[in-house]
Amino acid sequence: MSSENVVNAGSFSTANIDKGRRRFLIATTSVVGAVGVVGLATPFISSMLPSAKAKAAGAPVEADISKLEPGQLVTYEWRGKPVWIVRRTDDALKSLSSVVDKLRDPESDESLQPEYTKNTWRSINKEYLVLIGVCTHLGCSPTYMPEIEGDWRGGFFCPCHGSKFDFAGRVYKGVPAPLNLEVPPHHFLSDNRILIGEDGVA
Amino acid sequence: MSKILENTLQWVDARFPLTKMWEEHLSKYYAPKNFNFWYYFGSLALLVLVIQIVTGIFLTMNYKPDGELAFRSVEYIMRDVEWGWLIRYMHSTGASMFFVVVYLHMFRGLMYGSYQKPRELIWIFGMLIYLALMAEAFMGYLLPWGQMSYWGAQVIISLFGAIPFGIGDALTLWLKGDYIISDATLNRFFALHVIAVPLILLMLVVAHILALHEVGSNNPDGVEIKKKKDENGIPLDGIPFHPYYTVKDIFGVAIFLIVFFAIVFFAPEMYGYFLEYVNYVPADPLKTPEHIAPVWYFTPYYAILRAIPDKLGGVIAMGAAIVVLFFLPWIDRSNVRSIRFRSWMYKLNLAVFVVAFVLLGVVGIKPPDEPWKTIGIVCTILYFGFFVALWLISKYENTKPVPERVEYDAH
Repeated sequence: MSSENVVNAGSFSTANIDKGRRRFLIATTSVVGAVGVVGLATPFISSMLPSAKAKAAGAPVEADISKLEPGQLVTYEWRGKPVWIVRRTDDALKSLSSVVDKLRDPESDESLQPEYTKNTWRSINKEYLVLIGVCTHLGCSPTYMPEIEGDWRGGFFCPCHGSKFDFAGRVYKGVPAPLNLEVPPHHFLSDNRILIGEDGVA
Repeated sequence: MSKILENTLQWVDARFPLTKMWEEHLSKYYAPKNFNFWYYFGSLALLVLVIQIVTGIFLTMNYKPDGELAFRSVEYIMRDVEWGWLIRYMHSTGASMFFVVVYLHMFRGLMYGSYQKPRELIWIFGMLIYLALMAEAFMGYLLPWGQMSYWGAQVIISLFGAIPFGIGDALTLWLKGDYIISDATLNRFFALHVIAVPLILLMLVVAHILALHEVGSNNPDGVEIKKKKDENGIPLDGIPFHPYYTVKDIFGVAIFLIVFFAIVFFAPEMYGYFLEYVNYVPADPLKTPEHIAPVWYFTPYYAILRAIPDKLGGVIAMGAAIVVLFFLPWIDRSNVRSIRFRSWMYKLNLAVFVVAFVLLGVVGIKPPDEPWKTIGIVCTILYFGFFVALWLISKYENTKPVPERVEYDAH
């Protein structure tokens, strides 16, 4: 430090600066400021989560299957998503065993379904398949392709990225979808009525 | 009269650097004298940005960001609002033309090595602009609330769901603000589309231009004009941006606007490529359209996503295809910038890259069947191969000698 600086009243002296104290003050101010930023960001970021109203809109949906013909598919809306009920034919059920070695998760070990549908047919009653009609790849709704012809053993085909599923919604190997189609919680109210969105009382 | 103007200018200059900024960025910004056709697209991108902002402001006056009302409000703009159809078609055409211009602008950078040292930050700011532009276009496409709006958004948001450890699912829920794409999603996309992203975009454009004016423009010869200056410190091969390039760019603007309005008036949907026909059906959360494809400017990346038969792998490849571009200034290890003085291997590599990129764009539009599936896989390999080859070629290639000054005769 030149002595000039100390004498000159117009400039600051840098001789007696406690640098440790400065560093401490800068560090603590920054930390307190950062806590403030995080605190303030929380309500803004949380405001983008589903609102209470959106969370409440998840009531179960009742489906009437009395008029469903063998081979037919009917779509219901549950939580804004398409839920399919398919009445499978005997041929469709037979096809399930013929495709097992081409499937990625034939036993549905990785996939999402209620415990009571973790079986070969992925359903409570093997005739009626209940599935969420949303592809596990990127959320498109696959197309129902029930015709069994040539190599195609029937099932669902996703038009977006070409994922294929069998008659139980089980995904084939070599397609982009990683998991089988999801089975929603559901139970039979009577022979002809299914309640989608709620597990049955055991 | 001129005395009053002069005094006013002095008054302002004493309080705000008006003349200084004018000189720094226009009248005394010296750009290389040999700019060619490829140098139109930067200023044209700026023009399209202005078109988008102005038409966008007027669209918000009649558009309703509401799941029940959005689709109808767009049709209302098209049918009942005075000149609404023109403003909306200018905005939708502007979106596609923005990408046309930006892709050509980026290709110019590739050809003439404009990303090389010391212009790495210009390139990175430019890439960030490109990212912001993709976000802006994607969110804007949801707003008409048609079938393609809905299912396009569904697919893109689901991409984030591929992130493992439960982060992906939480993130998509947060992005959507509901368990499905709904009114909540539409409303926030509107907010981001009209306020947040445009603000970011404008700031990035300022940063891009400031960085450019700091180091100076590259040129088709890739010669650094600042190396040869006259006694006043002005580059010998430089000419002031204004009036020389402002006049040149205005000529470009005139030609561009002819093309632009030809599209607006005669083919605003561009046969389904600018505005997809499926999008004239209102959004239906229960039914995916037979064939869904993004708008043309996203299709190359979409094709890369589809080329890989694995959810996470596809998403990573798609992200990597964009991220790798950020690193271009360091992947290219050559000191020679312009294609004019580089080896035949470099030229072939670049040509293959262009063909692969265009083909990927075509593949992304087609349904996921053969032969497009195989072409998509091959082109994905070629796309990434370009960067590997560039890294190797740029180190060992035989370049031609670069001249000391730009090679250009006045005409």
